[in-house]
Amino acid sequence: MLNNEQLSNVNLTQSASEINHTRREIIKVSGLATALVASGLLSACANVKNANPNVSQGRVVIVGGGYAGAVAAKYIRMWSRGAIETIVIEKSTQFVSCPVSNLVLGGSKSINDLTFGYDLVKKNHEIQWVQDEVTSIDLATQKVLMKRGEVTYDRLIIAPGIDFIYDTLPNLASVEAQEKIPHAWKAGWQTVNLRKQLEAMPDGGVFVMSIPKAPYRCPPGPYERAAQVAYYFKNHKPKSKAIVLDANAEIISKKGLFTKVFNETYAGLIDYRPNSSLVEVDIVSKTVKTEFETVKSNVLNIIPPQRAGKPAQMAGLNNIDKRWCEVDFLTYESKLAHNVHVIGDSVSAGLPKSAHIATSQAKICANAIVQLMAGLQVDQAPVFANTCYSYVTDLSAMHVANVYRYDAAKKIMVSAEGGGVSDRPSEQEGLAALAWAQNIWADTLT
Amino acid sequence: MKASLLGFLIGATLLNVLYVQHVFAEPLSQSELHTRSLAASCAACHGTQGNAVGGVFKLAGLESAYFVTQMQAFKSGERKGTVMHRHAIGLTDDEIANLAQYFAQQIPLKMPILHSQTLSKIHD
Repeated sequence: MLNNEQLSNVNLTQSASEINHTRREIIKVSGLATALVASGLLSACANVKNANPNVSQGRVVIVGGGYAGAVAAKYIRMWSRGAIETIVIEKSTQFVSCPVSNLVLGGSKSINDLTFGYDLVKKNHEIQWVQDEVTSIDLATQKVLMKRGEVTYDRLIIAPGIDFIYDTLPNLASVEAQEKIPHAWKAGWQTVNLRKQLEAMPDGGVFVMSIPKAPYRCPPGPYERAAQVAYYFKNHKPKSKAIVLDANAEIISKKGLFTKVFNETYAGLIDYRPNSSLVEVDIVSKTVKTEFETVKSNVLNIIPPQRAGKPAQMAGLNNIDKRWCEVDFLTYESKLAHNVHVIGDSVSAGLPKSAHIATSQAKICANAIVQLMAGLQVDQAPVFANTCYSYVTDLSAMHVANVYRYDAAKKIMVSAEGGGVSDRPSEQEGLAALAWAQNIWADTLT
Repeated sequence: MKASLLGFLIGATLLNVLYVQHVFAEPLSQSELHTRSLAASCAACHGTQGNAVGGVFKLAGLESAYFVTQMQAFKSGERKGTVMHRHAIGLTDDEIANLAQYFAQQIPLKMPILHSQTLSKIHD
């Protein structure tokens, strides 16, 4: 298979891609033959023939290699039995999980526990992987332009995650500003930075976190973060305080559970203030103003309002409040563009923007695309699940879980009977949360 | 070392053949199509095609009658679960029966181990 550099240096236009197929098949077949012979498991010739990729059903290009994009690529390859050529464009060389990343702030996990490569998923499913950044999308000619090349598609999946909105706090948009005041809402160096700031803070200091109005990525995430910071304070800096400035009128996820955790487990450590939208931030003094008050901090964490990721904006698909993308929930095809699908946090679905929902949407979309590209009917009533755990200490977690079913009359996914939250956080659920993470990582990346 | 390399090669080859094998199958029925993506939604906890990587019940190759009994027990509240009762209640009896068949047909595999990495300097 071509490596990233080779891929990114070629223009994957129709003719070039045909040449690539031939080269790839040759390289792939010899690689597989070696493995077969080495394993002594199968007689090489017959099976190599069977394992030849036949990309007769066209090409799907996927923008974004997060939970949604990587899973869509894998399942299209699996379910089309190799008949659909699949190209992922991802600008990062590594996958860093947002789920579990609040535990880096609490101190019980390292960012290196949550960082993975793409090698296994690429290799196991023969996905072409281009490490590059999308610069524009031409819907008329079905072409994606990147910094170092371009590629045409039969169908496009846009899975870019979120983009931050700095309209009300423009001075927070720069890299320099975010070194002082990280959002840490995409796991990576900002998460590490925020942890280091907490470590450097004196006992008795004030941590301030700002939560944007919903919808945003991971509804319970900010409250889990408050609990993780309080967990760290309780054990290492008990005179310190976490002030949570929530733009929402109340805790928007697992409310009863978080209220109890804030008031009992972390009594005196968390000061939760609803209806607190930021109107101003002073970066040097780490002071914020809401409509009602001015709050000074030692460590400031502002989670900005969010919208569909930049590639979705480039294609002009963010038609709901100029933020999120409207799709058909049978196929995840955009309501605005033919042959273009949107999955993951960028979608306007009225559902929690969680990793599990991103992967579930990716699978419904993959299932539909495999059918559509074979000229067959898609599932008319998709159903999927969401399970989301929040850790409130290093070991203890609590869940919200729901099944969502397609409502043919309303044409949206609606919550089925039986959904709900834990009675209380527990270490048993902490283990379940860990198993969830290990399995969703393996499902996405192997 | 040699044994683990061989094991890896066998695993990798099996995965390759199972995942990307090129055979022309009959088009799936609506019910099979529905079950395939519904079963895939379970993978977040139970692994790809029911092959969990640890800590969770492995569904691949599970006897279908056992699957149905347990799911119905979660549904009725007879068996207590962490989250499984929430999922079981949300599914129809037909879906449970079809999922049972689907997972019974999956081959239990030893899944490749995903190793974590040091975060690169060039990452955001």
